[in-house]
Amino acid sequence: MTLVSIKNLTRVFDVSKPWLNRVIERLPKRMLTAVSDVSFDIEERSVYALVGESGSGKSTIGKMVVGLLKPTEGTVEIDGTDLMKASGSEIDRIRSDIQMIFQDPFASLNPRWKVRNIITEPVAARGGDTKGLAEKLLEQVGLSAQDAGKFPHEFSGGQRQRICVARALASEPRLIVCDEPTSALDVSVQAQVLNLMSDLRDEFGLTYLFISHDLTVVQHMADRIGVLYLGRLVEEATPDELFSNPQHPYTKMLIEAAPKMDGYGREVTPPQGEIPDPINPPTGCAYHPRCPIAIARCSAERPPLATKGKGRVACFRAGEMT
Amino acid sequence: MNTPVLSVDALSVEIPTRHGLLKPVDQVSWDIAKGEILGVVGESGAGKSMTGNAVIGLLDRPARISGGQVRLNGTRIDNLTPAQMRKVRGKQIGMVFQDPLTSLNPLLTIGDQLSETIETHLAVGRTEARKRAIAALDEVGIPAAKDRIDSYPFEFSGGMRQRVVIALALCAEPSLIIADEPTTALDVSVQAQVIALLKRICRERGAAVMLITHDMGVIAETADRVAVMYAGRLAEIGPVAQVLGAPRHPYTHGLMGATPLASKGRKRLAQIPGAMPRLGALPNGCAFHPRCPKAQDKCKSDPRPTVQDGAGRAACWFPMEDA
Repeated sequence: MTLVSIKNLTRVFDVSKPWLNRVIERLPKRMLTAVSDVSFDIEERSVYALVGESGSGKSTIGKMVVGLLKPTEGTVEIDGTDLMKASGSEIDRIRSDIQMIFQDPFASLNPRWKVRNIITEPVAARGGDTKGLAEKLLEQVGLSAQDAGKFPHEFSGGQRQRICVARALASEPRLIVCDEPTSALDVSVQAQVLNLMSDLRDEFGLTYLFISHDLTVVQHMADRIGVLYLGRLVEEATPDELFSNPQHPYTKMLIEAAPKMDGYGREVTPPQGEIPDPINPPTGCAYHPRCPIAIARCSAERPPLATKGKGRVACFRAGEMT
Repeated sequence: MNTPVLSVDALSVEIPTRHGLLKPVDQVSWDIAKGEILGVVGESGAGKSMTGNAVIGLLDRPARISGGQVRLNGTRIDNLTPAQMRKVRGKQIGMVFQDPLTSLNPLLTIGDQLSETIETHLAVGRTEARKRAIAALDEVGIPAAKDRIDSYPFEFSGGMRQRVVIALALCAEPSLIIADEPTTALDVSVQAQVIALLKRICRERGAAVMLITHDMGVIAETADRVAVMYAGRLAEIGPVAQVLGAPRHPYTHGLMGATPLASKGRKRLAQIPGAMPRLGALPNGCAFHPRCPKAQDKCKSDPRPTVQDGAGRAACWFPMEDA
């Protein structure tokens, strides 16, 4: 069953200078398209991962899914309900189904609140019963019940991220959006948090939207991976297919550029160029200026995301790169 | 045998605090030969950056070198006065830090910053310095270096800034480069470019590189040898394929197990129980023993041993056997 359905999602930010500067310096308005016409579905009880480099719009999509940002165009439907159009009572019902885990566990916990209050907040805010809840959740995420009376500064980074996980679990959600949940953590701590997230998924039947820039982590966690480039979904496939047979030249470049643990003395030809300015993206396919197999059509026309095999890819010459 | 470019011998750093003496670096020893890249890995708090800062004499007070020697091309540099050390830094040791934006002065053009360094360390005039600055930018792969030399740092992207920082580190032609997390702030594709650049420069110039990072993948691809640090101590050092492929120290073994890897499939990641001890509460004996699956009584009391194993060394009484 499809839990989250995202259709033609677009988000444009106005990054113009203040109007007075614009008038005096005769500058035009500047619009940054962070997410451009992205559509995908997330099956219930699966892990959907979004990967991409900085500026690819992965966090913006995450924020729109939880309703922290309004889409400029397109819709996010969760269990058939569009958060932006739903009535108050419907939103109340859906909201507790969605939770989020952020990247920086030092910034996402209020330093003046006790851990007990932090964890029970999502339930308390809706007037639910919070007795013993924090203690139970803390034990589920591998901390001890006594920790409920402590403050966030008494914990290490990995333990704080566990508290964030406990908070996300408090309202018994169905979907958890994880925005780079382990990027701020060391390898050994990252392994603990990733294992915890896998266990909880099996135990509670959770669905994750997993946002990361780390290909190996994504490969380890995801059931389905969407690759973003400059706000566009360029390829979507299962991890096995994506890593063994990438169809889009960008995906291929990304996989080859990522450092390999067993790549002793590997000599890679580094990719050319950098991510273009999202305010003035290239015409046609956004990747064509860096693409080794681009043809004239790529700069004129934006390739649609077409089904190919079991995945989808937005490239006129998909799979032709060797 | 040739004199190594950098020779660190039983280096220790201590920080006196109200709660006692902390030892963020404890008896660390290694050599880096000409044209060699030594990767230094470890988790946060392992003392990697502190070791790097001790080598270049940039320890923040009250931290100080409490023992051991640092020799650069055979000459001791750990006991120099700050004024003497300033001449060594920049001239003989180049540095690349993590965040390229904070390592560059936002108010000076790229060209001014490069020329300043070149004029300070090499006896050349202004015109010559500018010429060399353009050549340095060319070498690190900045397109149209001639036109961009008068740009300010904010006009460059993150990857380009890091190239400028590398150009700055290189322009006085140092024999040693210390790169502290040089690619951590960069995207994957840009990271690949910067790594390729570092490797090329090391090969062409024959400079020795000390590459500090927490990313095992970067180490695997870049370094010739790798040193693994834990709680301020050297856990294991050796050729990169040996240390990462067949780790001897249980900590290195645990780290490798905890890293998601394509070839491992989607199996559960191996966990190292617990967390790195705080410096104020280091366990006796081997600092890793409370988390170590092979720990025995000997590990809790006896100081660390060093087991020579071919080209590598591991500080462990009961090193791992081949898997």
